[in-house]
Amino acid sequence: MTPSTPAAAVSRPAAPRRSARRRGRWGTAAPYLFVLPAVLLFAGFKLYPIAWSFLLSLHRTVGGTETFVGADNYLRLADDPLFWTALRNTGVILVVQVPLMLALATGLAVALDSTLLRGRPVFRLGFFLPMVTGLVAYGIVFSVLLNEEYGLVNWLLGLVGIDPVPWLTEGLWARISLGLALTWHYTGYNAVILLARLQTIPRELYDAAAVDGAGALGAFRHVTLPGLRPALLLTTVLSTIGTLQLFDEPYVLTGGGPDNATLTIGVYLYQNAFKYFDFGYASAVAYALTVLVGVLGMIQFRLLGEKS
Amino acid sequence: MTAARTRHPGRSILLTSGLAIALAAVAVPFYWLAVGATHSSQDIFDSPPPLLPGGHLGKNLATLQETADFGRVVLNSLGIASVYTLLAGAVCTLAGYGFATYRFRGREALFGLLMLGLVVPAQITLVPLFKMMAELHWLNTYQAVIAPNLALPFGIFLMRQSMAALPKELLDSGRMDGCGEFRLFLRVALPPLRPALAALALFLFLYQWNDFIWPLIVLRDDSTFTIPVALASLQGLDETDYGAILAGTAIAAVPMAIVFLALQRHFVSGLLAGAVKE
Repeated sequence: MTPSTPAAAVSRPAAPRRSARRRGRWGTAAPYLFVLPAVLLFAGFKLYPIAWSFLLSLHRTVGGTETFVGADNYLRLADDPLFWTALRNTGVILVVQVPLMLALATGLAVALDSTLLRGRPVFRLGFFLPMVTGLVAYGIVFSVLLNEEYGLVNWLLGLVGIDPVPWLTEGLWARISLGLALTWHYTGYNAVILLARLQTIPRELYDAAAVDGAGALGAFRHVTLPGLRPALLLTTVLSTIGTLQLFDEPYVLTGGGPDNATLTIGVYLYQNAFKYFDFGYASAVAYALTVLVGVLGMIQFRLLGEKS
Repeated sequence: MTAARTRHPGRSILLTSGLAIALAAVAVPFYWLAVGATHSSQDIFDSPPPLLPGGHLGKNLATLQETADFGRVVLNSLGIASVYTLLAGAVCTLAGYGFATYRFRGREALFGLLMLGLVVPAQITLVPLFKMMAELHWLNTYQAVIAPNLALPFGIFLMRQSMAALPKELLDSGRMDGCGEFRLFLRVALPPLRPALAALALFLFLYQWNDFIWPLIVLRDDSTFTIPVALASLQGLDETDYGAILAGTAIAAVPMAIVFLALQRHFVSGLLAGAVKE
């Protein structure tokens, strides 16, 4: 770096031209060079496979050779009972587990934000920690904890006189177990996102609400919830996308069973692709999933995002 | 703060103890993982189940080493996650800087395209990517795990958000001093961003360390397995040794939890800087 001469420092109008000339060493290419690696990698490993996947979905794979079958795979989807089972299971998680978890996360965020709480950093950290655990790791731990005959959970229930619960071996309970595991893993994470938003709500709004005679509930409804709106939108969309793609937890915890009770679209896609090697059909499942993510994402933006 | 507490000491204690109970419930799986890892498979499925740590950890680790060459597996995971963190960190940081500090033709379109990756389900690319890896003869290689996710949309998003906060004057004064664009990036832009970079690195490392489905697909040979893939394959065996599996699970989870605890201030604040701004 050469020290700038006093003349250059004083003559301000010259500065932009100088810097443009400096940039001239790379020309106008500099910004493109910075983003180039990302764009190339993205094009090669994302865009190209996405396009290829659509092409595959129009083919049938038999013994390694592919024949063009047009929309056949999509028609097959329409009357594939397993696909509808997977869709229904995913839908149940979406309308039961996700709202419950987000309500829990909102409550947790408000509690973590409260001036009445002591040792806030410890709590914030503790509730976030499950997120750091890999899906396989916590899936294994939960599968042992929830073992019907020998698991810790049923043993504890037995102490208070409750019969063993078939956590992983009976359809409804397997769904509940999956929901519990998901809630354990993601509630703290969502709470931390909501908490960050809470902290940007001006305290004066609460003071004003108090002056207007609003109680704790009134303040929550009229100040906290509207303020949280963008963060709620974000967590809702993230949870929706995550749920629609759900794979690791059911794969490790229940294998999609019992009797397909926890079969998700993600697991069904994996089975078709890497168990039956029916790549064409798996790609059709993937495209159906993508359309679903797109449509639901858009609806959520409309519903929750209209005011912000 | 203290005023609110002293005004409502009862409520304060109630809230704090309520959350403490909730946190204890959340901590049960962690505690039980640590306990289970130190017992034999038979002990774990005893009634009552063990509630305190036992002395079987060494034996479990030895079993793990025998059945899955777990030392190798841990090294695979460490190597893959480290190299991934370095490379993906570079790709995301460069792109974030490009998008945040320059105005150029096609900027919005390119950024929008990359962000599409946030919403398009990753599963749509699994089959074609698998075929690509097969054609490149990359199956069972480390690069097959690392390469496809280097341009991670979330990482790029995070870096762009952090870099948008860089004062323009800082960069301009660097330019006036005759600093080239790349040196400007390295010497002027990066140093004040150290906390954001730490958050990115931690995020990328955790992401790769815990990633399951993609390594499961491209790693077929157990000498290349990462920890999650090895654990899942052990769980599928007929005679599953749960003591050994839980010891392996603890190795996957506990060090990461410790690293996270040590660096969490950067991590959470860095992530949130990206997540909540509109």
